Amino acid sequence: MDALIGFLTALLWIAAVIVAAAGVAWVFKTVAIALAPAGVAKVLRTAPLTANFGIIVIIVYVTVAILAPLIAPYGEREVVGGEYLPWSTTHLLGTDNLGRDMLTRLIYGARNTVGIAFVTTGLAFALGSILGLLAATVGGWLDQLLSRIVDILMAIPSLIFALLLLTIVGTSVVNMILVIALIDSTRVYRLARAVAMNIVVMDYVEAARLRGEGLWRLIVREILPNASAPLVAEFGLRFCFVFLMISALSFLGLGIQPPTADWGSMVRDNATLITFGDITPLLPAGAIALLTVGVNFVVDWMLHRASGLKE
Amino acid sequence: MKNTSDENTIIHGVSRREVLQGATAFGALAMTGLLSGRPAAAQPKQGGVLRIGMGHGATTDSYDPATWDQAFVQVFATARHGYLTEVAADGSLVGEVAESWEASPDAKVWRFKLRDGLTFHSGKPVTTDDVIASINHHRGEDSKSGAKPIVQEIVEMKAEGDDILVFTLAGGNADFPFVLSDYHLPIMPSADGKIDPTSADGCGGYVVESYEPGVRAQLKRNPNFWKTDRAHFDGIEMLSILDAAARQNALVTGEVDVIDRVDLNTVHLLKRAPGIEILDTTGTQHFTFAMDTRVGPFDDNNVRMALKYAIDREELVEKILNGYGAVGNDHPIGQSQRYHADDLEQHSYDPDKAKYYLKQAGLDNLDVTLSAADAAFAGAVDAAVLYSEKAAAAGINIQVAREANDGYWSNVWMKKPWSAVYWGGRPTEDWMFTTAYASGAAWNDSFWENDRFNELLLAARAELDENKRRDMYVEMQGIVSNDGGVVVPMFASYVMAHSDKVMHPEVVGANWTMDGFRAVERWWFA
Amino acid sequence: MVNSIWLMIAQRLGLGLVTLFVISLLIFGAVELLPGDIAQEMLGQSATPETVAAFRRELGLDLPAHERYLNWLGGVVQGDFGNSLANGRPITDLIAGRLGNTLFLALYAAAIAVPLALVLGILAALYRNSWFDRAINVFTLSSISFPEFFVAYILIFYLAQSGLFPSIAKITPDATLGEKLYRTFLPALTLTLVVTAHMMRMTRAAIINLLASPYIEMARLKGMSPGRIIVKHALPNALAPIINVVALNLAYLITGVVVVEVVFVYPGLGQLMVDSVSKRDITVVQAASLIFACAYVLLNLTADVLSTLSNPRLVHKR
Repeated sequence: MDALIGFLTALLWIAAVIVAAAGVAWVFKTVAIALAPAGVAKVLRTAPLTANFGIIVIIVYVTVAILAPLIAPYGEREVVGGEYLPWSTTHLLGTDNLGRDMLTRLIYGARNTVGIAFVTTGLAFALGSILGLLAATVGGWLDQLLSRIVDILMAIPSLIFALLLLTIVGTSVVNMILVIALIDSTRVYRLARAVAMNIVVMDYVEAARLRGEGLWRLIVREILPNASAPLVAEFGLRFCFVFLMISALSFLGLGIQPPTADWGSMVRDNATLITFGDITPLLPAGAIALLTVGVNFVVDWMLHRASGLKE
Repeated sequence: MKNTSDENTIIHGVSRREVLQGATAFGALAMTGLLSGRPAAAQPKQGGVLRIGMGHGATTDSYDPATWDQAFVQVFATARHGYLTEVAADGSLVGEVAESWEASPDAKVWRFKLRDGLTFHSGKPVTTDDVIASINHHRGEDSKSGAKPIVQEIVEMKAEGDDILVFTLAGGNADFPFVLSDYHLPIMPSADGKIDPTSADGCGGYVVESYEPGVRAQLKRNPNFWKTDRAHFDGIEMLSILDAAARQNALVTGEVDVIDRVDLNTVHLLKRAPGIEILDTTGTQHFTFAMDTRVGPFDDNNVRMALKYAIDREELVEKILNGYGAVGNDHPIGQSQRYHADDLEQHSYDPDKAKYYLKQAGLDNLDVTLSAADAAFAGAVDAAVLYSEKAAAAGINIQVAREANDGYWSNVWMKKPWSAVYWGGRPTEDWMFTTAYASGAAWNDSFWENDRFNELLLAARAELDENKRRDMYVEMQGIVSNDGGVVVPMFASYVMAHSDKVMHPEVVGANWTMDGFRAVERWWFA
Repeated sequence: MVNSIWLMIAQRLGLGLVTLFVISLLIFGAVELLPGDIAQEMLGQSATPETVAAFRRELGLDLPAHERYLNWLGGVVQGDFGNSLANGRPITDLIAGRLGNTLFLALYAAAIAVPLALVLGILAALYRNSWFDRAINVFTLSSISFPEFFVAYILIFYLAQSGLFPSIAKITPDATLGEKLYRTFLPALTLTLVVTAHMMRMTRAAIINLLASPYIEMARLKGMSPGRIIVKHALPNALAPIINVVALNLAYLITGVVVVEVVFVYPGLGQLMVDSVSKRDITVVQAASLIFACAYVLLNLTADVLSTLSNPRLVHKR
């Protein structure tokens, strides 16, 4: 019976959140269209509510990340009271296992986690997609060489690979970014190459080749635009996989250096509470999920625009 | 046994009659298990299969006692093996494979009498050859055993007749029988003077049925077990459940009956679960931050003292141990041990004193790096972070370096200048000090040298007068506390949980987790 | 045309062997580079210089690295993977049972996840931008935003604590298939939640990407139903990226599930690998890596063959 009531309450909450989110998105859309320059406003008008919601989420996260020290009620590492204090007016989301303000940690976590995830994913995509497209376009020995190297790197389970590399080179934030980016780029490479393989045999690419277009131009002008959709879709997911990777690494004791706040480690540190029905770990996990959903809503909209579909 | 009745020469020994009567006179360690939960039922009952969820275990584990290093293999070993001596639940020492023992006046020569009629599971009788081979497994040039340092003091072992074994030590050691209770030293069957380290055969209460390292071990009761009042379960199933939440869930959902290493972050929630009881024992397990006293700034005792006054011990016990522990006083001797220095001034958080000591060292502020990983002890990184926060008030800036769990003991401990350390503790003062504080000891992790301390250590080891011995150990604790290179902020309890169907004696062993590894032998089902 | 495919397979299998060789070299090198060796890691806190030295002598670690590698390689070529350095057990014994467990769980999860992802992806593409599409997206995205162990804990909280399913996947050798499926349901469900989103979103994206193509336009003008268009015309052309993502996720199910194994106490290869890396038990690490590598090579090869077959232009390449 309790479980049923709990379930219904949860459903009610979800419904309320959806309505609220839609409302906020609608307000945002209206305001943004009114304020934005004509060109942007025109694009925005075509955006569905979900995309608007995604844009708001991203804007809010970026703002929070940039302004963290101004918004956060306490210092990032400051111990403000007892452990696991309940939610109250002084500590809006209570305190964590060391007595630090949860809200403050979440806000600083946005800065550290989103920053790292963005840089890492960006690097991985730059490296992976360029090499992937290059391999598909040039073909021959270059393709073989790159593909076999990637095969080798991918054949080593990523967590083990990260563990090996980070233990060897040491765990600084820079090393972590580079290692995760390297591992992720192999996945991007495979996808980019597979997509591009389908494109390079198209007639228009053939035509461009016959026209004598240079390699770089061929890739950027002819192939990339047609390969961008799956790549963008992949970006939306890879982005959030970085959080998970950091979380998994903190499981092995290789995560971000304390007392720096990051969501992945915050989930890990508090995770056991969930098995007692305590929702504390849902906060950082929810923060990750919300951003993932937001980013992917925007990605979906871009996909839709890229596909040229009118509906 | 010729000296048994001579009060002047025999100091520590348990007569056969005393053991049989259960009156254990030897070494009254007052390490009584601290109890929570209800009073135990009166009469143990036979039957049932005890399922244990252990927070340790790896696929690399083996039957070889030389490599044992964590609670899964330790409890598993204790279930199937017998040891020469056993630390009883109240901290005193009783005989197991050895029935009694006696020392020469200088505590250098020890004679152990083996119990009659013991057999291994295979049916082979336990002989002096087996004991010698079992100890020899850890001695000598080619030993790779973790127990090598503790058996190093044995110069010679020889049998006298069928059942007397004579140990000759390099120097006097009044606590030697305690050493033989070490978990590395089970008595295993031998052939040609060697034990087979891949064999599961022992003379303990349970016989191994199957074992998959890192996963599970199954044992059934040894029908020929010599202890008639022990080993009450028909069988034991040990599972290695490394994840803290998984362990708790296994207990809550009834997949196992007992778990060890309860997650201290959520122990207050687990306590509320119906039918679950928390069991905690406070003994010698302690957590430390060891400084390399050979290098600056830790070579200056003023800096060490400043750091000792800059840590908030109460907060650590409260937040890291969730109250399941006690504050430490920068020496490794627990409050309940025989010679604990009760009157020694307790170091406590005092930023002004810390500043004072910094000034004495000619410093206004201090920048140091503290290396920690959860491999050192659960919550080590968090503990270091709390330390760092509180120390800031004294002008001490502690940079917490989170190290990889992987390879922590070989790459960080005793390599980095200041690192978090775990000590299971040792049952005697001498053993603990000799292991980690004596000059030149392999595990002297602060590389600390103190002439007076080393002098006292040797004197106290061979001293047989109780009062003189106590004075010496008290003085040594003072020296370690006020000069040593180790911050000992807290003693941590062993926290276990079990279903209310599992019963245990009123006094539970505190020397190790799981009732001194012997829950399988001492506990029973209601 | 079929010949060219066979040629490619033969070529890739040959290259696969080279890959395996390079990986064994890489892993060996990496483990050598790791600080600490098996003697130190096995003895841990209780290591002393003498015992470490004795341990090394016993295991032959005092030989130079290249000699040890060649010895190992010599054994492998003859089908002998050697013994675990840590406990002396033959590696084939150690791995056989665990490999079976790993494959069983991977197949179990894949059997749920792949059809589910494809169907959901196609439906989402068909009803794109509808509430159904949004809801399925939000749900799958949320489920992959949570770390695996966290998803597992939530499932345990709801499904195990109520007594519906066991919280630990204890498998005994004599268990029946039904019993096995029941006991491993929660880990399989966890993995399903973890991998479905990725495959489902790629299916959706790849299909939508094609919907504006002239030939789809044509089909639409001919009055074909949207569902038919997608299944008959869009899906076959969207197969290449989908197959690749599916292969990636299948490989993940085999090689990357150590966290799920730990939480559900399921004895698979992942835990063995992590234990062996942390103890520097190099022979076991090598054997496990080679198995993982084989899985990757074979899955990738299958994916490449299938995507080639799915694109006539690639098959008839000039």
